[in-house]
Amino acid sequence: MNPGFSEWMEGTGPESDIVLSSRVRLARNVKGVPFPHRMNDEQGRRLLDSVESAVNAMEPGWQVHFRRLQDMAPLERQVLMEKHMVSPLLVQNPIRYEGVALDQRESISIMVNEEDHLRVQVLLPGLQVEQAWQVANKLDDVLEQHLDYAYDETSGYLTAWPTNLGTGMRASVMLHLPALVITRQASQVFTTLAQLGIVVRGLYGEGSEALGNIFQISNQVSLGLTEDELVHNLSVVVQQIVGRERSAREHLKSNAELVMADRVGRSWGILTNARILTSDEALRLLSDVKLGVDLGLIEEPLPYTFPQLTLMTRPSFLQMEAGRELSASERDIIRARTLRTHLLGQH
Amino acid sequence: MSEQETQMCQRCGQRAAHVHFSRVVNGEKSDRFLCEDCAREEGAFHFMLGPQFTVQHVLGGLIGNGPQMANRETQAAFEHSCPHCGYTYRKFAESGRLGCDRCYEAFQNELNPLILRLHGRVQHRGKLPQRGAHDLSVRRELDSLRERMSEAIKREAFEEAAEIRDQIRRIEGGQAE
Repeated sequence: MNPGFSEWMEGTGPESDIVLSSRVRLARNVKGVPFPHRMNDEQGRRLLDSVESAVNAMEPGWQVHFRRLQDMAPLERQVLMEKHMVSPLLVQNPIRYEGVALDQRESISIMVNEEDHLRVQVLLPGLQVEQAWQVANKLDDVLEQHLDYAYDETSGYLTAWPTNLGTGMRASVMLHLPALVITRQASQVFTTLAQLGIVVRGLYGEGSEALGNIFQISNQVSLGLTEDELVHNLSVVVQQIVGRERSAREHLKSNAELVMADRVGRSWGILTNARILTSDEALRLLSDVKLGVDLGLIEEPLPYTFPQLTLMTRPSFLQMEAGRELSASERDIIRARTLRTHLLGQH
Repeated sequence: MSEQETQMCQRCGQRAAHVHFSRVVNGEKSDRFLCEDCAREEGAFHFMLGPQFTVQHVLGGLIGNGPQMANRETQAAFEHSCPHCGYTYRKFAESGRLGCDRCYEAFQNELNPLILRLHGRVQHRGKLPQRGAHDLSVRRELDSLRERMSEAIKREAFEEAAEIRDQIRRIEGGQAE
């Protein structure tokens, strides 16, 4: 199997045992052109063309390639979504004038005609929100040489949703917080975060569930603070959550080691023996196994990182690997086989 | 909204109640008649943000059903449309999204309180496009022309408005080069 993982999934970067990835997204629009939901065909086509030219004019060092979503197979689009390179919204039907520019490492993605004309995104492993902002900032400067952005001195960058107004920035991190969930502290932590203008979402963003104890945490406010302040604030908050998760893990290890070892061992047993696994169950078990490795209850290091294993449970990724469409029950069988053989190093 | 002239605010008892404020807490609905100030202070816009309940999801409802919008005068704002793209404020209230970048200007009065509630601030302090700094004076000129144009439209002086529109187009065309 050629796994086709993104570089950010390699599990490097600060605090990468808990912080799976850091992401900065900038919403940008072109002056005088209706937002994507209001565009006619001509406007959509011209916008897509102008971003394509801007991307093609970038220096080769960026290694960014432009694709029209119409030219991509539905499965390929879905896999990009499962890899967090594009939003669920971008790959929804009907596809008209959407595009995406990706770099080879799958760290950069520029979505075209999603909710805004452009959504410039940088994804890095571990806790690197500031670094992601620096890259996104440079990328934005390069694109701006070719595109006339809509902005206003008072309101900043003008976006389709007033919730993104100003910096147009959403900085977010993906966190694995099993110990906070097990010790029932998660909801209290998230309530506090909401009061601080920090939003908590599930694995695939808005409206998705926190499967596998994976949470996305991002800034809600985008106006009135500088980008540096926004990423710094998020970074500080994340460090505190990481601290809470670590002490919850310590607590589990010193007060409930046997119970945890039992739980982790059972999950490992199912993952390496089951013949049918739904994606929800697989994520839940993987979360346990990952915690087991982090707590030292599983001594062998896993042959794949947690983000890589998570991707292996996703429906479209499995179908891509199988090279054909699979029914839900076929997927459950292939998912079980894929995880079993990869975890046991038998592939 | 109460139709009775004598209805006073049930919170302060000082001012006339212009706002019918319904709140549903744990399935129990309470109705109160408040003045605008009290309605605002009652915190009609405090939401818990969960995965299924984000600002973007409730934005449409927030704009459409908030105490401000229950006010008779501001109902008229719903029919207000953006001169650039024709999008109405009503559509914004329903969808939470604007039609184009110029909508911000067109709906400035209605949007400013909303932006303040969403972000706690109205003045951008972050990055601005690098090239943007050059055309500040051009933009200011365009701003005043647009203002004059909508005034002319209000006065039904359409010929004058068309002249100003052409002037705006000339400046915008020159700017694009």
